[in-house]
Amino acid sequence: MSALLLEVRDLRTHFFTRAGVVKAVDGVSFTMERGQVLGLVGESGSGKSVTGFSLLGLVDPPGRIVGGSIRLDGEELVGMPLDELRRLRGRRIAMVFQDPMMTLNPVLTVGAQMTLAIRAHEKVTGVAARERAASVLTRVGIPDAAARLDAYPHEFSGGMRQRVAIAIAMTHSPGLIVADEPTTALDVSIQAQILHEMRELSRESGTALVWISHDLATVSSVAERIMVMYAGRLVEEGPTATVLRDPRHPYTRGLLDSLPATARPGQELRQVPGNTPSLLALPPGCPFAPRCVRASERCVEDPEHRVDAVRAFRCHHPLERAA
Amino acid sequence: MSGYIIQRCLQAVVVMFAMSVIVFVGVYAIGNPMDVLIPLDAPQDVRALIIARFGLDLPLWKQYLVFLGNVAQGDFGRSFVYAIPVLDLIVSRLPATLELTLAAVIGAAAIGVPLGIWAGYRPDALSSKTIMGVSILGFSVPTFWVGLILILTFAVWLGWLPAGGRGPVDVVLGVEWSIFSLEGLSHLLLPAVNLALFKLAMMIRLARAGTREVMLTDTIKFARAAGLSEGTIVRHHVLKLIAVPIVTVFGLELGSTLAFAVVTETIFSWPGVGKLIIDSITSLDRPVMVAYLILVALLFVTINLLIDLAYAVLDPRVARSRAA
Ligand SMILES: Nc1ncnc2c1ncn2[C@@H]1O[C@H](COP(=O)(O)OP(=O)(O)OP(=O)(O)O)[C@@H](O)[C@H]1O
Ligand code: SF4
Ligand SMILES: [Mg+2]
Repeated sequence: MSALLLEVRDLRTHFFTRAGVVKAVDGVSFTMERGQVLGLVGESGSGKSVTGFSLLGLVDPPGRIVGGSIRLDGEELVGMPLDELRRLRGRRIAMVFQDPMMTLNPVLTVGAQMTLAIRAHEKVTGVAARERAASVLTRVGIPDAAARLDAYPHEFSGGMRQRVAIAIAMTHSPGLIVADEPTTALDVSIQAQILHEMRELSRESGTALVWISHDLATVSSVAERIMVMYAGRLVEEGPTATVLRDPRHPYTRGLLDSLPATARPGQELRQVPGNTPSLLALPPGCPFAPRCVRASERCVEDPEHRVDAVRAFRCHHPLERAA
Repeated sequence: MSGYIIQRCLQAVVVMFAMSVIVFVGVYAIGNPMDVLIPLDAPQDVRALIIARFGLDLPLWKQYLVFLGNVAQGDFGRSFVYAIPVLDLIVSRLPATLELTLAAVIGAAAIGVPLGIWAGYRPDALSSKTIMGVSILGFSVPTFWVGLILILTFAVWLGWLPAGGRGPVDVVLGVEWSIFSLEGLSHLLLPAVNLALFKLAMMIRLARAGTREVMLTDTIKFARAAGLSEGTIVRHHVLKLIAVPIVTVFGLELGSTLAFAVVTETIFSWPGVGKLIIDSITSLDRPVMVAYLILVALLFVTINLLIDLAYAVLDPRVARSRAA
């Protein structure tokens, strides 16, 4: 088995709305190795979730993947028949969403929902399914799991609910889990806990994670590599430490400057100036240009992908590398 | 939970008392049955005698108290017209209405819910649009007209089914049913279809609206992300999520159809309670009207109670919030 788990090439997912074509994901490429934790950050509306859904073939109409390639273990997922795709979901690639209150079914017991997930891929008896469910729940840190199988989602705390969702995603030990802001809806005190636990679980089982967040601080504490997304494209990608210490793209710099941790006390917190552009009417060339302090006439042309020693970025006038 | 049940039962008792007063006063206001029952040329003393025998000379509040006292002993009075205990009269008519109603409501739900789910699941499919078109028809065409068309088509023109009346009955569990013979079923079919059409349309709309809403939720997306098949998602997730409004309407429809299948029963000469109540209104048969309306109130109170209990089973969050 090669180390390469996922290879995404020029992925394009567009929404064909009445107002026009929304290019939510427009030419995204990246690769992942087995067991790797990859952070995906960007402002709201930059296309992070749509990227995640695309990986599972879960883009709802009016959206669809219009081009590119997604290879999981060398197998092409774009254009795969729906039935084959379904057999892949949950077994080899799974997903955890932001709010477990919205994702778990309020009128089914946790045991019933886990049983459905187990039986989606394995023919097992009800008793065996319950045993499996209890053992997975125990693994994600739910105390007295066997007894909790008959409880409903609302009978769990927020953190415990998200653990249930994580358990459902981990049931079949998939090679890849897309975690779409799985801690955002939780109390701050629980966030760090879940973050840590998911990291541990992925390490134990060798599961790779795509960790989506709009919060650089969260991502930097879990991810080995980080991708910065802007208006449907990746603008910078590289090892987390490098990107954070020494960003080359002006947008990444802007995100970092808006972090409380890098701001000196008494200094006003800086937001990335300007607003997220409408994906319906992107200016030609670099989509960040209207907000960019380094922009020049050259920026009306699309910047090429460029690489330095360890990372890739997309900018005509990158920041200098720190020594 | 049990505290909640007791509280609901007490509420039900209060509602029943209020209803009995309203019904009693209301029926009193409709007209004096003696005008209909006693021949106009009867001598004054005979007239007074009859009125006294029925207790109609007492002031209204006294009549009401006498009535309550009798009801407490299980006596709803005698029909002025048939001269038999009202309760017996109604009970003898009940099975006919009951089987007609059950056939219509269950049939409407059994067909309407799957059709509605399909229409909500695939809102853009031609089949779904056809289903919705039919449901609009079911809503807008009056029941009596459909009834007449059914009779004309299947009884008069094609001659496949009887035009009216109830078929032969078998006694099962002490009740007379006509659904256990082919002949009986053939009589039941047309009135049941007639009665079911409106409900079918309603079930379709309800199931469709619910399904459309549920299909867009993250619950469904998450289920898909776990690799559940579409069939499993519909059977286990969607059906349970849309169950609450459907059960509510099912219950209320059951109640209102039992009580007011009047039009269909009249068109198809179906010997049920709906026809009985129409007859009793024409003849100002006061005890029948009072007993009937009070039983109807009781029916609705009971159904509402059952629906609430069903909520608690279908949606565990309800149980918890009410236990608190
Ligand atoms: N169903 C849809 N119809 C039309 N446009 C859509 C649809 N879903 C997403 N989009 C568009 O795709 C773009 C990317 O959305 P996405 O949900 O991926 O953003 P995100 O980066 O996950 O943001 P957030 O941090 O708010 O979750 C948005 O600009 C949105 O307008
Ligand atoms: S390409 Fe130009 S506009 Fe875009 S980020 Fe770089 S400098 Fe700014
Ligand atoms: Mg998102």
